[in-house]
Amino acid sequence: MTEWEAVIGLETHVELQTKSKMFCGCPVDFGDEPNTAVCPVCLALPGALPVPNREAIEGILSIGDALNCTLTEDSLFYRKNYFYPDLPKNYQISQYTFPLCVDGHLDVDVDGESTTVGITRVHMEEDTGKSTHVGESGRIHGAEHTLLDFNRAGVPLVEVVTEPDIRSPEQARAYGMELQRIVRALGVSDARLEEGSMRFDANISIRPVGSEELGTRSEVKNVNSLRSMQRAIAYEITRQIEVLESGGSIHLETRHWDEAKGVTKPGRTKEDSADYRYFQDPDLLPLHIDDAWRERVRDRRPKLPAAKRARYRELGADERAADLLTDAGDLGGLFESAVAEGADARTVAIWLTGEVVAYLRREETEVGETSLTASSLARLAEMTTGGDLSATAAKEVLAGVLAGEGNPRDVAEARDLLQISDVNAIEAEVDAVLEQHPQALEKLREGDPKPIGFLVGQVMRATGGKADPRMVQDLIRKKTQE
Amino acid sequence: MSDLADLTIAQASAGLRAREFNAVDLLDAVERRAAITEAHLHAYLTLDREGSRNAAEAADIALVGGDPRPLLGIPIALKDNMVTKGVETTASSQILAGWKPPYDGTAVRRLKDAGAVIVGKTNLDEFAMGSSTENSAYGPSRNPWNTDTVPGGSSGGSAAAVAVGSALGAFGSDTGGSIRQPASLTGTVGAKPTYGLVSRYGLIAFASSLDQIGPLARTVPDAAMLLEAVVGWDRMDTTSYHGDVPAISRSLDVGVTGLRIGVITELTGEAFDSQVTEATNATIDRLSDAGAEVVEISLPAIEYALSAYYLIAPAECSANLARFEGVRYGLRVDGSTTEEMMARTRAEGFGPEVTRRILLGTYALSAGYYDAFYGQAQRVRTLIRDDFTTAYGRVDVLVSPTSPTTAFEIGSKTEDPLTMYFADICTIATNLAGDPAISVPVGLDDRGRPIGFQIMAPALGEEVMFRVAAEVERLVDFTARPRLATSEVVAP
Repeated sequence: MTEWEAVIGLETHVELQTKSKMFCGCPVDFGDEPNTAVCPVCLALPGALPVPNREAIEGILSIGDALNCTLTEDSLFYRKNYFYPDLPKNYQISQYTFPLCVDGHLDVDVDGESTTVGITRVHMEEDTGKSTHVGESGRIHGAEHTLLDFNRAGVPLVEVVTEPDIRSPEQARAYGMELQRIVRALGVSDARLEEGSMRFDANISIRPVGSEELGTRSEVKNVNSLRSMQRAIAYEITRQIEVLESGGSIHLETRHWDEAKGVTKPGRTKEDSADYRYFQDPDLLPLHIDDAWRERVRDRRPKLPAAKRARYRELGADERAADLLTDAGDLGGLFESAVAEGADARTVAIWLTGEVVAYLRREETEVGETSLTASSLARLAEMTTGGDLSATAAKEVLAGVLAGEGNPRDVAEARDLLQISDVNAIEAEVDAVLEQHPQALEKLREGDPKPIGFLVGQVMRATGGKADPRMVQDLIRKKTQE
Repeated sequence: MSDLADLTIAQASAGLRAREFNAVDLLDAVERRAAITEAHLHAYLTLDREGSRNAAEAADIALVGGDPRPLLGIPIALKDNMVTKGVETTASSQILAGWKPPYDGTAVRRLKDAGAVIVGKTNLDEFAMGSSTENSAYGPSRNPWNTDTVPGGSSGGSAAAVAVGSALGAFGSDTGGSIRQPASLTGTVGAKPTYGLVSRYGLIAFASSLDQIGPLARTVPDAAMLLEAVVGWDRMDTTSYHGDVPAISRSLDVGVTGLRIGVITELTGEAFDSQVTEATNATIDRLSDAGAEVVEISLPAIEYALSAYYLIAPAECSANLARFEGVRYGLRVDGSTTEEMMARTRAEGFGPEVTRRILLGTYALSAGYYDAFYGQAQRVRTLIRDDFTTAYGRVDVLVSPTSPTTAFEIGSKTEDPLTMYFADICTIATNLAGDPAISVPVGLDDRGRPIGFQIMAPALGEEVMFRVAAEVERLVDFTARPRLATSEVVAP
């Protein structure tokens, strides 16, 4: 039996959330009525010319920088020629030789194992309009008619192309997640797969383990979540293995992922695909990125997910919490500040990734909208470790703080949650309980430890849960020895 | 001067300011001239009667207020590949029939801002592809010197209108000679500025790296004045020049003493009409007599200019014209699928020359052919540019005939595209180099057809180019007028 190895490369399109489109002044706004965010340039009226958007160039440079790319000094725009009704010029302005960013890499972790994925290139292009095919098939063939909306036409689009360095569906997903985190951390795109602002195409081939040669690949499109990308790749690997093992061969083709059926289906074969006749766009001069510009990009680089994650781990959050805090940008910041104010990292990480995340989700709000601050977290942690609050009570106080009831101490007092720290008061309660349950006391004295839990419980009940259970236990033990 | 339509722009501008006549009178004269000559020439595709009337009336009000803008109230014509808001713009193609643009191109807007009165839109070879204006979907234009002959092209309508007086000046576009060659064939002055000096925003693209808007006029100072109204950086065109604009008209009266003038040796010989060569040589002698130093210059790479041009221009046009497919504007011919609709629209909408060039360009860019054709042409382009750079290290300007022949008979070259392409042999190299060049009339051949003389200058060398052109104009003193403009049919 041959053992197979998958070879995967990913192409990712990211729509940049700039103020205006890539080559004109139209707003980038998807909520608008169809064909309202358009002008002579993005509708490709005769005589109109493109002018590159500086904000978009800065966006792609920051992505390239975050992916450890070399930023090209003189980058060129090309025309990619093909006819399609939602492509107004019937060519897309894109890049070919000398793209803006080349030769980068990104490290991704799967189950604690790190892999370096090479980034071949990151280039700039423009999005197409949107076609809505009306008719049974939902595709252009067989449609009764097609509605075109050019609001999206010309929106800046960044394409990130990896080397074929990915070996498993899990790695592909981890790469996708990490890229998504980076793009979001840079603030250049919301990178939502379900809305199409981030799109993945996967090139997949298989080869016998140990072989250096690349097998024939298929390209899988139409995955609209990271989970479906992982599923699609896994399906495609299995399919290719089955085809080869049954004596068949893999065709160079584009396949579409069918989410409902969980299969990939053939699209057009690559051999018949368009010859794009790339040539340098004579309407656009080479884009010169000087040292000063390159430095500005580097200076503006925010803390990237990998660095954040490492920092949270270092502070004491566990792996899962560190991931969660990295993904929820503002919680991560809160975590760092609370720890800086002396809070116990583990405790705060658990609150933030548990109660706080649940509360925010339930109330559909942002942490910035609540009254929770780093110092209130630090105070709450202090009260818990100092014995003023039980772990359960602390969570209740946290809920009160989130709901805007005041600072932790006020909430604890108002809700009567502070533990009784007066030893004499608790001792009185312990004495009363022991008096009521002489048999239990007797058993203890005879060396049977069983009744202790029962007795602690009775004291807790009598104090309305405000006694420190450890203190109660210590007192009962002391009484037993008397 | 008995008819205002025969005035130069300079004369008309002076007359308006001296209150000898007003802008509406001037427009009336030009429209009257058009009413008589259009039946013979077909220089115009559209006359914007309402827009021009409004502009002339507005100019008259401004003139009363002492408004100093030099083009205020001057009736001019625009080639129909310049986008004009609300006025049908077709580039002489069926595929754009009826298209009324929602915006003005930058040059058009600057002319409106200068107070010019836009009389109408002139005929051209479809999408500016041709050298005779016969490739218009709306019928050819004719030459006012002899209506059996072509006015040249592709800006033939603009050239014919200026020559006959149905506009005092005009704008055309020049991709391989499309302003200079028709200027030569109609006895007018036509200038192609340095690439990037005039914004291309709103010029319907033929070949983006070669196209330039430029003026046609009856005199060199008029051409300079027109050009000055439209030059300068435009944020809508990244290929427009961002630096200081040359002092185009500063040295018109300086003469040529001390200038070094290079005669391009490759642009003489048997392929050139002998009377054209004679007129060219005579002009060079006069320049020499006037104090210029004349030297011969060889530009070896110029031999390949035509071949390189007919790969680069079609390649660019194959992409530039892809936007015409019936989806968003212009002609749509229905089909049972989207692809069929697009294919039918393009098959019916484009004429044969446009189709030929799209096919040529598509082929030249195709996988496996790119390097042998388009890539090679770009390398030749670099060689040509280098040849010019070397030459301008030795001389201030280069000169040659503008066209190898005078105006030819309508239909005489339409069957053989290569013969037609040869009409641009003298003009194409400067487009490839991106340099400015101007054509000035220097005489008539024995059949009474005008001969043009071309002056080329290094990039941004418009000042010296216009300086030499103005001197040629003075030395030659070309005062002949086309038959159609002087015959009794147009006499007031």
